Amino acid sequence: MIAEEPLSTKMNHKLRSSLPEILVTLPSLGWLTVFFVVPGVIVLAIAFKPAGAYGGIDDGWTWETIRSLGNPAYPSIVWRTVWLSAVTTLACILLATPTGYYVARSPLRQRRWLLLAVIVPFWTSFLIRIFAWKVLLHPDGILKRTLVALNLLAPETSLLYSSGAVLLVMVYTFLPFAVLPIFAAAEKFDFRLTEAARDLGATPFQAFRRVFLPGIRTGILTAVLVVFIPALGSYVIPDLVGGPGAEMIGNKIAQRTFVDRNLPHASALSACLMLAVLAPLLVLLFAPVRFRNRDKTGDGL
Amino acid sequence: MTDSHPDFLQFCNVSKSFGATKAVDCVSLGVKRGEFFSLLGPSGCGKTTLLRLVAGFERPDLGTIVLDGRDLTDLPPHRRKVNTIFQSYALFPHLTVRENIAFGPRTAGWAKAEIARELDKMLHLIQMEAYAGQKPDQLSGGQKQRVAIARALINEPEVLLLDEPLAALDLKLRQRMLVELDQIHDEVGITFLYVTHDQAEAMSLSDRIAVMNAGRIEQVGSPFEIYESPRSSFVAAFIGDTNFLRGRVLECGDSGYACLEVGSFGPVRCRNGKQTRAGEHVYLSVRPEKFQITRDRPDPDGVHNVINGTVEDVIYLGTHTRYRVGVQESIISVFVQHSRLLHQEKIVNRNDEVWLRWHADDGFVVEKDLKDPKDPRDGR
Repeated sequence: MIAEEPLSTKMNHKLRSSLPEILVTLPSLGWLTVFFVVPGVIVLAIAFKPAGAYGGIDDGWTWETIRSLGNPAYPSIVWRTVWLSAVTTLACILLATPTGYYVARSPLRQRRWLLLAVIVPFWTSFLIRIFAWKVLLHPDGILKRTLVALNLLAPETSLLYSSGAVLLVMVYTFLPFAVLPIFAAAEKFDFRLTEAARDLGATPFQAFRRVFLPGIRTGILTAVLVVFIPALGSYVIPDLVGGPGAEMIGNKIAQRTFVDRNLPHASALSACLMLAVLAPLLVLLFAPVRFRNRDKTGDGL
Repeated sequence: MTDSHPDFLQFCNVSKSFGATKAVDCVSLGVKRGEFFSLLGPSGCGKTTLLRLVAGFERPDLGTIVLDGRDLTDLPPHRRKVNTIFQSYALFPHLTVRENIAFGPRTAGWAKAEIARELDKMLHLIQMEAYAGQKPDQLSGGQKQRVAIARALINEPEVLLLDEPLAALDLKLRQRMLVELDQIHDEVGITFLYVTHDQAEAMSLSDRIAVMNAGRIEQVGSPFEIYESPRSSFVAAFIGDTNFLRGRVLECGDSGYACLEVGSFGPVRCRNGKQTRAGEHVYLSVRPEKFQITRDRPDPDGVHNVINGTVEDVIYLGTHTRYRVGVQESIISVFVQHSRLLHQEKIVNRNDEVWLRWHADDGFVVEKDLKDPKDPRDGR
């Protein structure tokens, strides 16, 4: 009964403000429709068209392409795509959380410099930075030579063209995208709460885990989304630093498009990727709602 | 307050600076077991820093803090048997009332059954059984306050630290929480160290009060002592209202009394705890309600002082009337309580010539210079 009043007030408020709200969101809604929904539907539709002999699309509809996705080479590529993205996400979160905590706790002047350091890599083209990694990891590069000289690496192992290299460069690339939302959440976090936890007998680590981490969970959730989803679609990184054994689904789509010139097949793969991205997104978007609902029924009892 | 017991919580020459500011300046203080002890002072006087030093959030630059015979100074916050009630409550927003209160016991690894039993006791103590499953943002200010109290008390701290716990509440709620805090203190018998800038709060709750100013302790004593015999002009002015009368010492010495010349009146007899010499200029503090105001000259009786002046202002305030009386170059504020109907006495009006009379014990010599309150007797 108590919960009912604020709820109904909220709904009234929602109805009253709905018209201006719709007008305000209309441009971005239009943008999304024209440049995201429509192309998405077209890509999905092409997957059901027969492929032309010279790289075009023929008339009519067919299930042939969808059936060909059962290709035995795919499961291992899909699996590699998923685990590389998952490990990248995990590594980014593990690195970004202490970083975000540290930056948020540092004095304002220092904080600006630290934030700048996070953003600085964006001043250089993404491609150039990946080529820089190629130089670093090259068999004659400094890194490899140093490691061999220190007897940490056998001379015949290759740093470049492996899943490890792809993982390293992906973590490097996506790390700032994880640091920024986690920092934003940590900056808003009330550090008096960790003080309260310490007061109640928690060690610094317990206070971090039981009070700080739950306090910035929306930031972590955002970081997971903005790292995992683009990571699934990675194409340039595995193409440049990964070998044939480190291909991801993005490489296959590119190969079908540019080498095989089989657009329906590329579309089918793209559609699969889109669904794979949407699925965790939907789960994450609706999970908190369900969680909240469960909380409410708990109160009622 | 038997002095035979050693102090339960002791500050020994504690100093703490932040950059160039001395937040706490060589404070020595003793709090007794089970006492409701208040640190009272204006904002920035170092009272919160003193509290944070006990909690362990700050380390003293110099000095030691001893609790029940053990040196606390180098212990981290989670190893101290003290708990804090924060001004902002600092309830964990992601946990329910129940989980908030259980935070300490869970961290300490209590048995599940014991946690549940103590939790129910605490929820009963703060009368929040019906709200156990709610999150802090669904609670009112007073309810949050109670949860914060329970969350601290469940750990059975040796000292409960309260950092202006009522400052965020409105007046009505504050008055109710004052009563509740008092009851809780009586019920649990834990030592309370209470920080506030509100003298009314400190007076109504405390067994003893330490009045702080600029990182130092001005005076320690019961509310009665602090109000009735302030040792410095700061204490006199900070606790309640007072008048400062400038005077010159005519004679001092005998058993804590002095005779002053105030303006052209004299000798004015008053209490004196200061090291003063004849001829020195001092200030005399007399509280507004200590005066009797009459139109006829009172008979001299040897224990009362008498001066006269002109009424400049009369403000009727219901429970009492406030007069502003011009006495030579100064203005004296006088409160007269309406214990009887006013018309039974001669009514004092504006511009009337009046006589002010007060008992020698109601006036105190206090130094005026706030920067130099050096008195060997005020506990430092």
